[in-house]
Amino acid sequence: MANALLEMRGITKVYPNGVVANKNVEFSLREGEIHAIAGENGAGKSTLMKIMFGMEEPSDGEIYIRGDKVKLQSPQDAIDRGIGMVHQHFMLVPSFTVAENMVLGMEPRKGVGFDYSEAVRLTEETARKYNLAVNPKAKVEDLTVGMKQKVEILKALVRGAQILILDEPTAVLTPQETEELFHELQQLKEQGHTIVFISHKLKEVKAICDRITIMRGGRSEGVFQISEVSEQEISRLMVGRDVVLKYEKDKTSPGKPVLAVDRLGVTDSLGKALLSEVSFSVREGQIVGIAGVEGNGQTQLVEALTGGLRGVSASGSVLVQGTDIRDADILDIRGLGVSYIPEDRMRQGSAGEASIADNLISTRYRSKDMNKGPFLNGSKIAALAASLVEEFKVRCSGPQQPIGMLSGGNMQKVVVARECSTNPQLLIAEQPTRGVDIGAAQFIHRKLLELRSDHCAIVLVSADLNEILELSDSLLVMYEGQIVAYFDQPSAVSEEELGLYMLGIHRQDKEQTGRAVNHV
Amino acid sequence: MNSLLNVILTTDFAFSVLRVTTPILFAALGALISNRAGIINIGMEGIMLVSALTGVIVSAYTHSAWVGLLGAVLSGTLIAGILAFFTLKFKTHIILGGVAINMFASGGTVFILYLLSGDKGSSTSLASKVLPSVQIPLLKDIPVLGPILSGHHILTYLSILSVLVVYYLLNRTPLGLRIRSVGENPHAAQSVGVSVIKIQYTALLLSGFFASLGGAYMSMGYLSLFTRDMVAGRGWIAIAAESMGRSTTVGTALTSLLFGAADALANALQVLKIPAELIATLPYVATVIGLIIYAVSETRKKNKKLKTTTTK
Amino acid sequence: MFKVKYFEAIRTAAVIVIALIIAFLIISLVSDQPVKTIGIFLLEPLSTKGHIGNVIEMAIPLMFTGLAVSLLFRANMFNLGAEGIFYFSGVVASVLAIHLSLGGWLHPLAAIAAGSIAGALLSAIPGILKAKWNANELVTSLMFNNILFGVGLYLLNYHLRDAKAFANVSFKFEKTAQLSKLFAGTRIHTGLIIVLVLIVLAHLFLYRTKWGYELRMTGANREFARYSGMKTAKVIILVHLIAGFIAGMGGSVEVLGMYSRFQWTSLPGYGLDGALVAMLAKNNPLSVIASALFLAYIRIGADLMARLSDVPSEMISIIQAVIILLISAEQFLKFWKNRMLLKEAKEA
Repeated sequence: MANALLEMRGITKVYPNGVVANKNVEFSLREGEIHAIAGENGAGKSTLMKIMFGMEEPSDGEIYIRGDKVKLQSPQDAIDRGIGMVHQHFMLVPSFTVAENMVLGMEPRKGVGFDYSEAVRLTEETARKYNLAVNPKAKVEDLTVGMKQKVEILKALVRGAQILILDEPTAVLTPQETEELFHELQQLKEQGHTIVFISHKLKEVKAICDRITIMRGGRSEGVFQISEVSEQEISRLMVGRDVVLKYEKDKTSPGKPVLAVDRLGVTDSLGKALLSEVSFSVREGQIVGIAGVEGNGQTQLVEALTGGLRGVSASGSVLVQGTDIRDADILDIRGLGVSYIPEDRMRQGSAGEASIADNLISTRYRSKDMNKGPFLNGSKIAALAASLVEEFKVRCSGPQQPIGMLSGGNMQKVVVARECSTNPQLLIAEQPTRGVDIGAAQFIHRKLLELRSDHCAIVLVSADLNEILELSDSLLVMYEGQIVAYFDQPSAVSEEELGLYMLGIHRQDKEQTGRAVNHV
Repeated sequence: MNSLLNVILTTDFAFSVLRVTTPILFAALGALISNRAGIINIGMEGIMLVSALTGVIVSAYTHSAWVGLLGAVLSGTLIAGILAFFTLKFKTHIILGGVAINMFASGGTVFILYLLSGDKGSSTSLASKVLPSVQIPLLKDIPVLGPILSGHHILTYLSILSVLVVYYLLNRTPLGLRIRSVGENPHAAQSVGVSVIKIQYTALLLSGFFASLGGAYMSMGYLSLFTRDMVAGRGWIAIAAESMGRSTTVGTALTSLLFGAADALANALQVLKIPAELIATLPYVATVIGLIIYAVSETRKKNKKLKTTTTK
Repeated sequence: MFKVKYFEAIRTAAVIVIALIIAFLIISLVSDQPVKTIGIFLLEPLSTKGHIGNVIEMAIPLMFTGLAVSLLFRANMFNLGAEGIFYFSGVVASVLAIHLSLGGWLHPLAAIAAGSIAGALLSAIPGILKAKWNANELVTSLMFNNILFGVGLYLLNYHLRDAKAFANVSFKFEKTAQLSKLFAGTRIHTGLIIVLVLIVLAHLFLYRTKWGYELRMTGANREFARYSGMKTAKVIILVHLIAGFIAGMGGSVEVLGMYSRFQWTSLPGYGLDGALVAMLAKNNPLSVIASALFLAYIRIGADLMARLSDVPSEMISIIQAVIILLISAEQFLKFWKNRMLLKEAKEA
């Protein structure tokens, strides 16, 4: 392609831990366009973008800029070739002024000193040139998020960026700020800049982009002119199942409600609503799935259910077995029979250097059963660990092996084993099979179904549609902190339909979502 | 009480404050630079000790105080370089690295001293040189100010000059900007091509440089010889001063002066039979109190932020 | 064939070998009779009953502080306050040893108990500050070392000092307060039994009780411990109390076991040595015994070398510094571990 400004051919990235993040991805950027890269979390967008900006080197594949083959080994290489990036987490020094942040690493000098007035002048000049108003002498820590983003864009521009990569730039912005950003991006485009816009918000992609590359599961699903592809089409390509799982589910009739969430609302430190008016209930022997693109309030909801919001006032109530747990500590909540499989098994779910056995008993070492006088009952613990390792088919050299040495799937099995084996009344399973191999995932799915047969109430939060559609007895969809859809027959819901709700294109009315609360 | 005032309100006392502040100030400036780059160098005590000894040895063998000073500074910077190499390259824990440096210095200096002079206590048998004191023309003739500010050791003047230099370095030079950015947000620095490791190396070397000026002052100014463990906690006071001064140049300099005054006062108060041992703990007590006030207010601030914003 | 799981042990051994090689190099450079001097350094500590006794006497305080620091490090607390507590508790025990009159074993018991409790309480302060307000325990503990030293020295000079003695020392302890010797011909005292019992108790506590379990999990991953329902702030305060108690007991025992007057006019350094012992022991209580003995051995070796040859004993602090720098260096020999990992992965 003659007019390709930047081209990536056959990009494959395998991380040292064996995760394949990009598989033979083709990407081509035309001069002067705004090009969206869309896909769900884990689709490989970030990796592709990191490769583009020299933060990661591809395991295979080539990159061309204006037809020349290049090697980008560090961000500096990328910057030198006119590529700039606005990270989702701002790369700014809070105590510095805007001007200081602008010139860091390329400071203008006067003698041996740093020429601050030149930095201010340069900032003003750049700001004027691109029509992005900032106050060069303001401290970055005092700026609004939108302002900080402007500084980031200017930082890239002042370094001569022709290609600007924006990583989910609207995720942190208010609608007004988003509006403003789009206006600015249009202007930059008119001035000849090329923009890569990473997002999973379809409306925004539609509003501003010329072309779109859709990614799923590390592969590119194709490139389209934005005018030639419908939202439905995009959502189908983004949100799809690769392998359809089927499980035999016992016919159980749900019992009494275990969890009742009533008009729960949580606001962040900037006053933005993270959750609003969330109401639903979960009954014995019922799996309630919560679907949604990440970042739409699921994290806060799980925190509210597991003691993570203690001390933070939230409105509404969260009742477990009739007890309001909003101000309860974790021990109390666990005492009510709540188990929790956390999203991040490394950060929360395990202690890497401790043994598998130690990791298995962390929620029950206090019980009389596990103790003998002042001591822990070593033989009981060993027996328990051995039987759980056996039951959950954890591949290891023995229960004394440090958990950190296990593969992701086996580590997750240990976490699941711990949480499922305490006879829980309510299980919160947050992305229970993320990053594990298919065998381990199916094993974990069967365990969840076993618990369901044992009358456990289960909240399943997952970005994996396969899992959530197959396992759930009823399904909620969250979008922007609210429940926008309720389905009582999840297996009958098509992915396309689900995608429309997840991406905020459709939403049900109050009456329909109200069915999520059923106390019968 | 009167006798106390009689002691403090003399030009001699004010003079002695500057005299005892000098080594603390140098080391505190060193601690400041490395801290601003995000690495806490607790090896100050050791670096000072090594440079104090080197200054004595080199000046004794070369018969030049100035070459001695050069040797002192090079040796101290070298020690800081070793610390930097282990912590930045081998990823040794920076605190344990500092402990090692201090341990090395307290025994190693005695070891070398003994080999060269046959004495483990002091360097009396080495004919080491002393850097000069300076009378400042005009200033020395002004009453009150003259006797306080003139006639100091040359390194005392250098220490005051160093405050300006460090202030300029941190706040007005590209290197200072980079040092501060690395300490505050290394990712931001890295993302614009600033090498974090390189900046941290530089900062640690600079911290060694300033600490060794303090060490050289100890054996070539404050005293005219090296004695075993002569730094006697000044490195720690410097770290305390930096922490109390909330990592700003001005705050660090003022706290160093305050701690220097406490030190001078400890000597003066012996007249009043107030135990010097207790006075000597004041800088540390002040630092702990300062630390507590800071930690409590930070926690409050954080909690408040959460509370007020989520109840909206 | 070597396995990855032996990596840590091999690394520790490598560090010790390197440190000894450096010791030999220094001796060769300095000594007129290097071979003989190295022989003294390595073998003399075993030559007589008295010398073996010296090694064990030296190991006792190192075991106390090594154990205290091990527990703190185990909880991932970076606290180097054992130094000041060791000193100050020694003063406290001395006060009771001088001024109390109690019969038989009650006297040392009372003095040691007072020193230990003082240690526990003093240690709790940085612990509480850390647990409640997240104040950096390292800085507070380092400041406390200096404060406790100043206060202790003041007590020695103004309240305990024996004006009739020639040096800056306290009044004589009551005979009843001193710990009895275990073996004739050595100064090994009952403190050895106390510390060994303490180490076994600490081992049981750490690996066999639920409180020890909480401590280990909090240290391994505080986030995980909290998620599991543990009250990690309490755990942090508890470990500070225990470590302070042990360090305080160490100071008290050392004073009553080895001296008849209190005579430290500078910090004795055992607290920081304790950090070295803990590192060599990989924070395992039982391993503290071996690592304290090792450190005591090379120290006595250096002392004897200084007495019998021309190399000063201060050489040992250079060796200690090398050990600390290398043993805590994550990257040291890491390349080798990675190669082993790769190899094992390929074989698997």
